[in-house]
Amino acid sequence: MSKYLVNKFLYTVDRDPDLVERYREDPQGTVAWWEAERANAVLNCHTGEASTWLRFTDEERDALSGHDHVKLFELGAHPFLTLTLFIAMFERDHGPLEYQMAYGARLQHFSRPYPDIAT
Amino acid sequence: MATVVAVIASTHHPFFYKASTATGEDRPPFADEWVRKITAFRETLTRAKPDVLVMVGSDHFHQLWLDNMPQFLIGKAPFYDANWYNEEREFGMPRMLLKGDEDLSAHLLREGLDRDFDLAFSNELRIDHSITCPIITLRPEADLPIVPIYTNIFAPPLPRPKRFVQLGEAIREIVESWPSHLRVAIIGTGHLSLELGGPRQFGEHGPDPEFDRRAVEWIATGDLDGCLSEVTLDSLHSPGNATHGFMDFMLMMGVAGAGAKADYVDSLDLFHTMEAYFTWYPNGVPTA
Repeated sequence: MSKYLVNKFLYTVDRDPDLVERYREDPQGTVAWWEAERANAVLNCHTGEASTWLRFTDEERDALSGHDHVKLFELGAHPFLTLTLFIAMFERDHGPLEYQMAYGARLQHFSRPYPDIAT
Repeated sequence: MATVVAVIASTHHPFFYKASTATGEDRPPFADEWVRKITAFRETLTRAKPDVLVMVGSDHFHQLWLDNMPQFLIGKAPFYDANWYNEEREFGMPRMLLKGDEDLSAHLLREGLDRDFDLAFSNELRIDHSITCPIITLRPEADLPIVPIYTNIFAPPLPRPKRFVQLGEAIREIVESWPSHLRVAIIGTGHLSLELGGPRQFGEHGPDPEFDRRAVEWIATGDLDGCLSEVTLDSLHSPGNATHGFMDFMLMMGVAGAGAKADYVDSLDLFHTMEAYFTWYPNGVPTA
């Protein structure tokens, strides 16, 4: 499990308008590029240094590549990060609050306690 | 010494700015009542005539990230830029620039550390809607210097509720020991029951109206013992997966003091979440 890395993907894509569009249009390609080029960048640090050990599990990569927010919830990705980014990508295709309601409805089978989000 | 002229605790709702400025068909049906309530709430700060605002909030993964996450952080900078691209995108929040009060920041840091709170600090902090929402609702002129205080209610492991209360109590004492003639308002925002990104989100009311009712009662009556006897890090999962933001209300109960009844209490039941507004006047209700 690399919940931290899944969160890092959601966080870094969400804060970059170009990446939000790129992830919306080409999830598989964006995830592959990001894992190869960005996963090991140390954020909030000067460039030129990087980590060496971060990679997704197959399950995590598949969930991100498939825009599968239900699976991301099950894996313990931070729900605020997932929701914020998915609203940015898909709210535009729906009427007011429609997307947010459907998003919640797709999670109805989860009962408490929800999957642990601690990293 | 400085005077704490008002203690204010509030929910922060990033959609207020958009709802309150929308016109015509874009204006939601609840906007007028919401604006009325906010205008009355704003008056409770205005009449206290503050010079400086201590602002307690929580960064929503904007500047503070999991590679370097402080539990409690105080800004110490001459200025704070505010709001972020994704808040503009989702909520229509405006960009803002607020002045800081570095002298009060330094005093809070020094005295806080000396009271065994291992506070982090930031000399370049861009603040987010947890602090700008109450600026927009309570002081839209955004003309007063601030000291931002961030708490971690967002990225577990979190400090216990008791620690939030203790920090609130310390903040009150430290501000009152600040060698200054200035009038300080201490303002903090959090949440009642709230669900984000889970099955109970965006319902007709908040996810747990019964929790909300009891929470308003605890805050309004200053019932810290009752609140602390029932609220734990574990219990807060039950009212909604983002309800740990209630700990910022508990911090503000610590600022107001155990047993301190709020001088002003109001709430508004909205879809998705309940709004709640509280003001205490530690030195008596100001006369007009």
